Amino acid sequence: MDMPGFHLQFRLFTIARSLRLSILTLVAFTFVHSMAAQNTPLLSGGIGFFSATTAGQTTYLPIFEPLLAAPIGPRLFIESRAVLLESFTPNGDGLPGYNHSHFIGLTYLQGDYTLSPHITVVGGSYLIPFNTYNDRLSPIWIGNFQRGPLIASLGTESTGTGTGGMLSGSAISRSKYSLSYNAYFSSLVNNSYFQAKRSAGGRVSLFVPNHGLEVGLSYNRLLQGVRENFYGAHVWWEPANSGFQLRSEFARGHHAQGYWIETAYRTQAFGGFDSIVGRLEPVFRMQQTFRRDNVVSDGLPPANTQIADFGLDYNLPHNTRILTSYSREFATTGNYNIWQTGIVYRFLTPAWKGK
Amino acid sequence: MIMNSKPILLLFVLFSSSIALAQTATQTQPPNTKPDKSHPTTVVDKKPEDAGSRLFRQNCSRCHNAPEGFSPRISDTVLRHMTVRASLSMRDKAELLRFLNP
Repeated sequence: MDMPGFHLQFRLFTIARSLRLSILTLVAFTFVHSMAAQNTPLLSGGIGFFSATTAGQTTYLPIFEPLLAAPIGPRLFIESRAVLLESFTPNGDGLPGYNHSHFIGLTYLQGDYTLSPHITVVGGSYLIPFNTYNDRLSPIWIGNFQRGPLIASLGTESTGTGTGGMLSGSAISRSKYSLSYNAYFSSLVNNSYFQAKRSAGGRVSLFVPNHGLEVGLSYNRLLQGVRENFYGAHVWWEPANSGFQLRSEFARGHHAQGYWIETAYRTQAFGGFDSIVGRLEPVFRMQQTFRRDNVVSDGLPPANTQIADFGLDYNLPHNTRILTSYSREFATTGNYNIWQTGIVYRFLTPAWKGK
Repeated sequence: MIMNSKPILLLFVLFSSSIALAQTATQTQPPNTKPDKSHPTTVVDKKPEDAGSRLFRQNCSRCHNAPEGFSPRISDTVLRHMTVRASLSMRDKAELLRFLNP
């Protein structure tokens, strides 16, 4: 066996063993507490199969994103999400056939401690709450498009996760508005499972339920190497009983900035949301990125780029979604088409059989 | 090379406008509380949306489709997960728990 292959297998074995140990420990800790109704640990997540044809090259991506959530007593809560995927890409240089590679990793693993009705202390590896995509829309069973927005890496330190502590909660909750917040500090971690950069930041969101309007501001500061600031703003508008969604984000980094606006619509006019027509969901997203200088260190394209995504999703019964989209990317480095199709099944079940 | 973004922006504006108009036209109308005597119709007695249902729509459905049912054994676990993910207040969490376990 060649050495890289051996190392990969050894690493996979180590991850699998760590996951098994974590799950067994969680099961042992939570079994007694979960005998009470409604508190059983849950297994959730999504199983998907995606294909994408970019500039004539088709890739296939079977993906599994499990999520485990387990309460331990009345105040402590453990949650984790992982990703397992196999990527099939065509061999280059005119060679027939496909090359494939796999990836297994923890997306996050965090403990939540409810300190008071307004404060939850989060510790561990958590999704950085910068704008909305990273911690709210990135699961495969939620996103309206297969591909995340181009600016998703701005303010999230490229990895999307921080390792350290965070305070979050609902600061004010009234019937006409609510104000929520997150404030975090992440330390530098070079461990391959929980890579994170030293950074700090926060987010504040105001939600006005009567108008279905949410606005928020985010801030992130990198505290290692060249200290950089990232600023974000998001606006969501989802009028009640309309089936219409508008989501948008703007992010500005030291070397680049950009935005995306996404709309989605489901009609109730032909028998409600659960009718054949009501399950159709046309979606559209416009996104642009702009380089502020020539330093490409933030995950954004090296040249100013704009993409128009036209999608048509279908919400099948039994928590299954079909995602299709056509995108046209415009950049000074070249224009090309992206066709994507995929299917995602979302599951949500108790972690073990009950009485 | 100069990128021509105007057609795309125009398309986006048209798309958004048409959707906004469509959603306005198909929004659920409030029940008519004053029957029109000249045009007698059957008045549908719609129950007002209860607090739990409203909170579910406002907090959960804002990000994702509602799952098609799940075991009541995990309802509190789901809500504790969402308390962190969606910054639910304790009052909203209690109301949602009642909604999920009527």
